[in-house]
Amino acid sequence: MAMQPLVLDKQLVRLKLNGRWREDAVADNQLLIDYLRDVARLTGTKAGCDGGECGACTVLVDSDPVLSCLTLAVRCADRSVETIEGLATHGRVSALQREFHEKLGTQCGYCTPGMIMAAEALLRRNPDPSEGEIRTALSGNLCRCTGYVKIIDSVQAAAGAVR
Amino acid sequence: MSDSTIQVEAGRPRVPLIDGIEKVTGTAQYTADLDHADALVGRIFRSPVSHGEIVRLDVSKARALDGVLAVVTGEDCPHTYGVLPVAMNEYPLARDKVRYRGEPVAAVAAEDAETAQRALDLIEFEVRELPAYYTAEAARAGDAVLIHDDKPGNFERRVHHVFGDVAQGLAAADLVRETTIDCAEVNHGQIEPHAALAQFDPFTGRLTMRSVSQVTYYLHLMLARCLEMEESRIRIIKPFVGGGFGARVEVLNFEIVTALLARAVQGKVMMELTREETFLTHRARPQTTVRIKLGMTKDGRMTACEAEVVQRGGAYAGYGIVTILYAGALVHGLYDIPAIQYDGYRVYANLPPCGAMRGHGSVDMRHTFEVLVDRMARELKLDPFAVRRKNLLKAPTCTANGLTINSYGLAECLDRVERASGWRERIGRLPPGKGLGMACSHYVSGAAKPIHWTGEPHATVNVKVDFDGGVTALTGAADIGQGSSTIVAIAVADTLGVPLERVRVIAADSAITPKDNGAYSSRITYMVGNAAIDAAKNLKERLVAAAARKLEALPEDVACEGDMFRVGHGEQSALTFDEVVREALVNEGTITVKGTFTCPPDMQGGKHKGGAVGSTMGFSYAAQVIEVSVDEDTGMISVDKIWVALDCGRAINPLAVEGQIEGSVWMGLGQAMSEETRYLDGLPAHASMLEYRIATSAESPPIETHIVESIDPNGPFGAKEASEGALASAPPALVNAIANALGIDLDELPVTPDRVVEAMVERRRRDRLEDLRKAAS
Repeated sequence: MAMQPLVLDKQLVRLKLNGRWREDAVADNQLLIDYLRDVARLTGTKAGCDGGECGACTVLVDSDPVLSCLTLAVRCADRSVETIEGLATHGRVSALQREFHEKLGTQCGYCTPGMIMAAEALLRRNPDPSEGEIRTALSGNLCRCTGYVKIIDSVQAAAGAVR
Repeated sequence: MSDSTIQVEAGRPRVPLIDGIEKVTGTAQYTADLDHADALVGRIFRSPVSHGEIVRLDVSKARALDGVLAVVTGEDCPHTYGVLPVAMNEYPLARDKVRYRGEPVAAVAAEDAETAQRALDLIEFEVRELPAYYTAEAARAGDAVLIHDDKPGNFERRVHHVFGDVAQGLAAADLVRETTIDCAEVNHGQIEPHAALAQFDPFTGRLTMRSVSQVTYYLHLMLARCLEMEESRIRIIKPFVGGGFGARVEVLNFEIVTALLARAVQGKVMMELTREETFLTHRARPQTTVRIKLGMTKDGRMTACEAEVVQRGGAYAGYGIVTILYAGALVHGLYDIPAIQYDGYRVYANLPPCGAMRGHGSVDMRHTFEVLVDRMARELKLDPFAVRRKNLLKAPTCTANGLTINSYGLAECLDRVERASGWRERIGRLPPGKGLGMACSHYVSGAAKPIHWTGEPHATVNVKVDFDGGVTALTGAADIGQGSSTIVAIAVADTLGVPLERVRVIAADSAITPKDNGAYSSRITYMVGNAAIDAAKNLKERLVAAAARKLEALPEDVACEGDMFRVGHGEQSALTFDEVVREALVNEGTITVKGTFTCPPDMQGGKHKGGAVGSTMGFSYAAQVIEVSVDEDTGMISVDKIWVALDCGRAINPLAVEGQIEGSVWMGLGQAMSEETRYLDGLPAHASMLEYRIATSAESPPIETHIVESIDPNGPFGAKEASEGALASAPPALVNAIANALGIDLDELPVTPDRVVEAMVERRRRDRLEDLRKAAS
């Protein structure tokens, strides 16, 4: 016998995504990462683990870095959500994006969106971080390619460029 | 700016990846990012037991569930698959027997993930359990049940190789020492979980497969085999791949299962594995026990070596035979050792199958060897650098086991890290708890003999030029983040004398790009790079001929650089690239040229059985020094800094070479310090990123990279590999540094704080007994 799919309540959620307000009917249990990838079709935000382990899904909510795989989309109502797709504007990449590209802070690129968003959050609250502060701020974001050497270089260079 | 990386080579420009912008802007599409709104969801039902005979598999309830469009089982695929033609002993879905916990047994395609999961829950599965073996020792025991009926003793492969007179060598030594080191199984831990998107078109009977593969050609072969399809009806496309390190270097069960499902539903199926399943489908470095006996004269000359390697390979063959052969072959080729005996045992066990991981086969053997050399140097009161220098090879040469060495920059690597680390001034003068250790390693630049021998060149690249003046390089080589497409672009642009921006690379789409064996054994820069140069030279010849025609000059007088073709220096005798292309197309139309690369047979290794494994045209060489601080009481280790030098022949792109060296050294350090897979009765206890301890940025040390350029006679622009050679010297350099800091010898990897404390307690007990003995006498 066919089983009825589990029907959950949906709410109309209004949030600002990469600078633009939008409204969607969102199930109560929908994770922010699924909302971003499946509803908003912004696939720059990645899933790298089974929940809260790797940091690849990091996005900004009101400028704070959050793991979108552990955040319910409905919790983002009336808030500002930023993803990697929101950083490049008017055909220009951000300082962090430019430095991650030029300094090879990205190799396979899979952790890169989350890593850049975590670094973006850091530079917004601390424009001139020490190497130790950078390492601590990015310690929730795993990278398997770089040994973090060129990631640290990239963030330092971006901080220097912004200053 | 941090000083963690210094650019030591002037010379070639530092080129960012040609696909880097897509990666930093989030537009790069990995398999899971591909549009699959119209695809069904695939899920796999896995064996809950480690070893047993399948008594009953009933999928009727799952199949009857609303929203389920197909269920496939072992019945749907009677063909084995595997990366080695001589050892294909695995079914994509188990038939008759299951041999490890988590082995795929059935799979469903459903309208959504929840329905797929419910369908899995309705599958009825009965197994008559058999004894299961989780260690090589248990599986090798005389009374053990066979995991594969045709493999007595549960040996996948036994290797016995002797080169030179080992007994005589050991007799001639002033010091003979032996050590045994146990190295844990470790995992690639690439950040992208496994995924595949398969589309079967019922009207044309064609299958299109997009997957996380490093080896799209092998995937093509295995899909044709397992689905009994003509190869011409299959198309494999590689999207962006989020890391490999060997994880995707053989065809994986879920890829075939996804294709089986797509055909069963006559449509499109997306399979995204969880991280736990990605760990299960791991194919990584096996748990390995290495025993090495080494003879040395009192001035540090190595006289003979006996090495024994036992690898717990897991339930199926995979790459195992190659792994166990690599471990023996690469005892050779780093130092000049007159006699070497190797005994290798690849053993089956009821665990997920192991495979190839960065530094394939060589890492645990090299670790043990370098640790033993350090201990013997200490006993002989010799400097570890001096011992290495005493045993250097002289290129060109051929090792006793038939490996060709055409370039050898180890001496310079030693000089560079010795100087950079301040070794001479600092060794023996560091404060308590601090230590310095060093070690060396090497690796192949591509296996000189491909696994699937077809008689074709080792690499083929096409280059196309058309009316728009764009140069398009077509390569089957799989860019998995290592930057292989960037290398192809540089090779073509530099050979043609055009800016990089003029070159576009299209990679790894079997309908468009020439076949390539894939991203493994660090073969792409060397082999595909050479083929790209060859193709670009062929194109250049055509363009130069056209320019000469137009300029009424002789082809040999035409120079092309800076996007221009010139005769002499006058403006009138110069043509832009576009002008030359237009001239070249007259009467010809679109030009597509081909370049190839082939390893000559005399460089394909020794004539003995298994002698091809380890053979390559260019070995990379590395030396590194690690500085540690160790807390005696807690056993906490922190690595203060690493200095590493790698001979990569020539750094075609120093930026990318540094990135590869840093990543490989760091990965080796992870294996040394924290990474370890564990199973409890065959159940993975490590299968998450929290349990499997990959170092974060907070724990990772600065790495100072030095590039040594030995200019390989056959490499592209003189280059060799850069991504694997430095990995294997990281664990021994760390263990040697801890020995230097605390005077303890650690015989297990990883060297966790617990193991350090245990060794400290043991040392104190020994010291105390020694004191008592002295007092008594």
